[in-house]
Amino acid sequence: MEALLSNVDWPEIGIASWDTLVMVGMSLLFSILVGLPIGVLLFLTGKRQLLEQPVAYAVLSFVVNVLRSVPFIILLIVMIPFTVMLIGTSLGVAGAIPPLVAGGAPFFARLVETSLREVDRGIIEATQAMGANVRQIIFGALLPEALPGIIAGITVTAITLVSYAAMSGVIGGGGLGDLAIRFGYQRFQTDVMVITVALLVIFVQVLQMVGDRLVLYFSRK
Amino acid sequence: MIVFNQVQKSYQVGGRAIPALYPTDMTIETGEVFGIVGHSGAGKSTLVRLINLLEPPTGGDILIDGENITRYSSAELRAFRRKVGMIFQHFNLLSSKTVSDNIAFPMKLAGIYSKAEIRDRVQELLARVSLTDHADKYPSQLSGGQKQRVGIARALACRPTILLCDEATSALDPQTTQSVLRLLAEINKELGLTIVLITHEMDVVRRVCDRVAVMDGGRVVEMGPVSDVFLHPKHPTTRDFVFESESVDSQEHQRDLQKANGRILRLTFRGESTYQPLLGSVARASGVDFSILSGRIDHIKDTPYGQLTLSLIGGDLDLAMSVLEAADVHVEVVR
Repeated sequence: MEALLSNVDWPEIGIASWDTLVMVGMSLLFSILVGLPIGVLLFLTGKRQLLEQPVAYAVLSFVVNVLRSVPFIILLIVMIPFTVMLIGTSLGVAGAIPPLVAGGAPFFARLVETSLREVDRGIIEATQAMGANVRQIIFGALLPEALPGIIAGITVTAITLVSYAAMSGVIGGGGLGDLAIRFGYQRFQTDVMVITVALLVIFVQVLQMVGDRLVLYFSRK
Repeated sequence: MIVFNQVQKSYQVGGRAIPALYPTDMTIETGEVFGIVGHSGAGKSTLVRLINLLEPPTGGDILIDGENITRYSSAELRAFRRKVGMIFQHFNLLSSKTVSDNIAFPMKLAGIYSKAEIRDRVQELLARVSLTDHADKYPSQLSGGQKQRVGIARALACRPTILLCDEATSALDPQTTQSVLRLLAEINKELGLTIVLITHEMDVVRRVCDRVAVMDGGRVVEMGPVSDVFLHPKHPTTRDFVFESESVDSQEHQRDLQKANGRILRLTFRGESTYQPLLGSVARASGVDFSILSGRIDHIKDTPYGQLTLSLIGGDLDLAMSVLEAADVHVEVVR
């Protein structure tokens, strides 16, 4: 066993795992904070919706599509100057978070838009008939009704961010991806590669399981 | 009182205006149960949504208790909507809220009730719709009839003066429909609430409504007290609805009439005359023989009625008819 995993530096693996956790956690938080309002706006300004605004919808939709169509590996590089401007460095855990949010937030926004569209129009109509204003319709009816869908969206976004975070190792982002590239790929240490991949798989499995449980808990249908 | 003054509504589809409601005048009295009956696409959904401006009219004025609601600002409109309850075919309850929270929802939105007021009112409404034991369940755990009762309790939460029912019983089975209609009639009587009810079933109208408007192709084609419209329908659409509710195939009915001999009369009994043993005495007095071709004894709201189609042979026909008319029976000569 010792010989089989001779190259594995366990404390290093521990630090890298923690870094990945921090990157995913922080970027997920900011992706939700940015993506949720954008998703709600996309929904509300859409065709035949409460605040139908074809121009606003077209602009928002265009920006979201552009960010989503750039391959993440390119987005990582394109974002470097902005990241340096924003937090002073493009390296390490902190440097990886802005590009992760730029990739995660538009993705999550679309998922939010879709789950809001699945809310029965009759519920919106009933809430309107009770004399609710737009703010009350959003917070009192739309978001609570779409909650299971939004939680499922958070799960999918989190899993996507795990893979994005691993990719950020290419530009010196830190975490398990960085380890896999520096040791597993550049030094041909297959054992390090296997361990990092195994850890990422476990991480994704746990995320999916927790997400599914939460969706089930909040589903009343 | 709800007054429609040349109210019309059309939708813009691909640059063309498609009329959903042609200019309509209509008055619904305070405290009455007013039915609007029509096939799907006749414009009845549009009409009921004009009353709380879920659909703004494209022309005309809507006056409610003398106020022109089409001129309301959006804040005034929201305050007005709290005084108009609405229930729906598919209930439209919030699946994420419990029965209690669904009923409390309009009161919370209004923002003018204290927590204690909301709690007491919810308890009172749960008792009224007999769902006290289900207060903490979610809508998905209830049957259709229970869901509609939650819908009714929710619609009554802010003590409205008008209740709009959009096909409220169309998704329910016959027994549940009965119990929901009984509840609506009870509410109308006890709270003096004006109820506007749209349906495609004449039977629903017959059971609870005081007056009815029949719609066809975006127009009101017949309007009046239910007993008049139901027993003496004038417009072909109305006739279809009445036949449908009696499960009579109108073409088959015509064929049956052609086969019969003698004079054919349609007798309509209303109220007490329904229970009089009239036909036998008429036959004895005038010497006519009769055979019953079709008939029905039922109720319109609380009033019993009977409608018989007879063929009369021999005897003194004029005497028979005058005896019937003297006994307050409406006689219509079919042939």
